[in-house]
Amino acid sequence: MGSNEKNTGIKLEYEILKDDFARAGEASSGIKKVLRQLGIDSSAIRKTAIATYEAEINIVIHSEGGKILVYIKPDKIEIIAKDNGPGIKDIDLAMQKGFSTASNRVRELGFGAGMGLPNMKKSSDEFYIESEMGKGTTVKMIITL
Amino acid sequence: MLIEDIKNLLNANFLSGEENAILKVNGAFGSDLMSDVLAFVDDKILLLTGLTNLQVVRTAEMLDINVIVFVRGKIPPQEVIDMAQEMGISLLTTSHSLYTSCGILYSNGLKGITIGGAE
Repeated sequence: MGSNEKNTGIKLEYEILKDDFARAGEASSGIKKVLRQLGIDSSAIRKTAIATYEAEINIVIHSEGGKILVYIKPDKIEIIAKDNGPGIKDIDLAMQKGFSTASNRVRELGFGAGMGLPNMKKSSDEFYIESEMGKGTTVKMIITL
Repeated sequence: MLIEDIKNLLNANFLSGEENAILKVNGAFGSDLMSDVLAFVDDKILLLTGLTNLQVVRTAEMLDINVIVFVRGKIPPQEVIDMAQEMGISLLTTSHSLYTSCGILYSNGLKGITIGGAE
């Protein structure tokens, strides 16, 4: 976690641990606080918060761990959520509302309803997803300011 | 509707954020699925839920929801109450079920949110 300011904007980086249910959401909470301090428009903050939180939950519950990177630029917020595997077999299926491979434990937390990726797509102005079995998944989301 | 009125109508008790009693909500949403809360809520609303873990408060934080009612007499663990307190989120608990709680509030004028096509 950390931030450094350059001419290109501000970069935030958060390490997300596998199965760390207690801390899931801390990164998104930190990102939201930074955006607020910067005086970013509240609708963009809300969209970013939903997108990063769903991404964070996904990394915690489905992956071997990963990272969330946020680049805050004058005209847009870029979010990159990258995990270390296992990868998504069928992206089209994973993008369908209601499709989920989550465990009962995850469902008991109020997630695993198959709304994560659709929510991320809905909250962002541009959404890209790439996945390779055995390697990992990268989601890139852009929210225009 | 004021948080104070919600408390009285549901015969509920504050677990945190009593100072928010005079704040207003524009509607309500009842769900145990936090992903659905994230997908559908787009306003300053009251969240009613039977789920009591940290992710409920995190979800509220992301959406700027400042009041949560736990139904069916549920009381979350202390760490959840502490986190809500820190964030200035009011937590209430009522012994009514989710259905009954929603019914009481709805019949007293607190409407639900609109989901595409439905009213």
